[in-house]
Amino acid sequence: MKLLEMNHVKKSFDGLEVIKDISLSVDEGEIVSVIGPSGSGKSTLLRCATMLETMDSGELIYLGKKAAWSDGTGKMMYAPKNELKKIRENYGLVFQNFNLFPHFSVMKNITDAPISVQKRSREEAYRLGRELLKKMGLEDKADAYPCQLSGGQCQRVAIARALALNPKILFFDEPTSALDPELTGEVLKVIKSLADLHIAMVIVTHEMAFAREISDRVIFMANGVIIEEGTPENVFASDNERTKSFLGRYKNL
Amino acid sequence: MSLGLMVSQLAGGMFVSIQIFLVTLIFSLPLGMIVAFGRMSKKPLLQGLVKAYISIMRGTPLMLQLMVVYFGPYYLFKIKITNSYRLWAALIGFVINYAAYFAEIYRGGIQSMPVGQYEAAKMLGYGKARTFFKIILPQVIKRILPSVTNEVITLVKDTSLAFTISVLEMFAIAKALASSQTSLLPFAAAGIFYYLFNLIVAVGMDHVEKSLSYYQ
Repeated sequence: MKLLEMNHVKKSFDGLEVIKDISLSVDEGEIVSVIGPSGSGKSTLLRCATMLETMDSGELIYLGKKAAWSDGTGKMMYAPKNELKKIRENYGLVFQNFNLFPHFSVMKNITDAPISVQKRSREEAYRLGRELLKKMGLEDKADAYPCQLSGGQCQRVAIARALALNPKILFFDEPTSALDPELTGEVLKVIKSLADLHIAMVIVTHEMAFAREISDRVIFMANGVIIEEGTPENVFASDNERTKSFLGRYKNL
Repeated sequence: MSLGLMVSQLAGGMFVSIQIFLVTLIFSLPLGMIVAFGRMSKKPLLQGLVKAYISIMRGTPLMLQLMVVYFGPYYLFKIKITNSYRLWAALIGFVINYAAYFAEIYRGGIQSMPVGQYEAAKMLGYGKARTFFKIILPQVIKRILPSVTNEVITLVKDTSLAFTISVLEMFAIAKALASSQTSLLPFAAAGIFYYLFNLIVAVGMDHVEKSLSYYQ
């Protein structure tokens, strides 16, 4: 069974078609990078997958359970609230600008949802929190507040926060676009280190070398459609004109 | 009349002023939140009604509003106005007036919250109520505190308007003393009272602000 399936997804904003009939699926443990020029619909696709945005038509399925689908008349249907809640537990999202809770300490950012939403014990949540912080190289920052951290540290806390809920799939929406190259490196290193957790990851990114290195599959999007997808080797050596012209810009760097 | 007697009479009025002040805050702060939600409602009828209410409360003098609350029941419904209703009328007038102002402050604070905070909360499985009370409201409180302090300080001085419906708060007593003693001293004393009261309020609010300054 596929972990995530999106079928014939369409989305427009004020008549502007941002996603034009996209279908994709993700297997358990698979690492997929989504690359493409700005405005190609990558982030919107992620926001549809995470239900931060409603789709105009199409189908969204997690582990065989339908989260959203279009009925015959072109209207979108969403699963009942309690089912959606369960479906949401399958995934987490790391935002471009972190969206940490500024009034919570680092530890509370990570442990609050496990304790108050998932009803796990405080001891367990804190133990997991400390473990995750160690993995992120931030064990000394548990009591700090987000405003005392660098952008790279904030993003690593955000990753720990998402991981604390034990998702099967983690989405990254341009996780390093708000960071300078130095900080980008430390965040990418952490994301790479997650590969051995066997969590599926869908990463929207402009870091081509990173995408090439980490991904099982690369999806190249432009103008709201998937131009091509395949192994990093195939996509980065593609003959497709559109792909070549996009990737060519990075080769000169 | 000795200065001591005058001060003790004014202090009695001060007690009523403080009463108006505290009751107004205790009720208008939460009521303002409800009004703010009505103002932000997506239902046009509710939103329109609340908008009209805020518009009237902000657009007409508080003094006039107090008179309407006090005399209104008699002129509209021929209900006999009792003496004990005076203070009630003042309290009701102040609460509904300040709730309108607080509502607009809350609305400004809530709408200034970045949408990313809601999205992050949603991704972590927080429900609507938990998102509001745990994530949004604490940050809103920090943001609006300076505006709330302003309003609270204005309220201290506004309590003197209760004298228009003959509530014997400090200003009414100062006025009575001034005319009976043919002296401006009671007004000066009243001014000092209000100033000290506000000094305490300002120091208190400053303390609250500092206690929330551990994050940005």
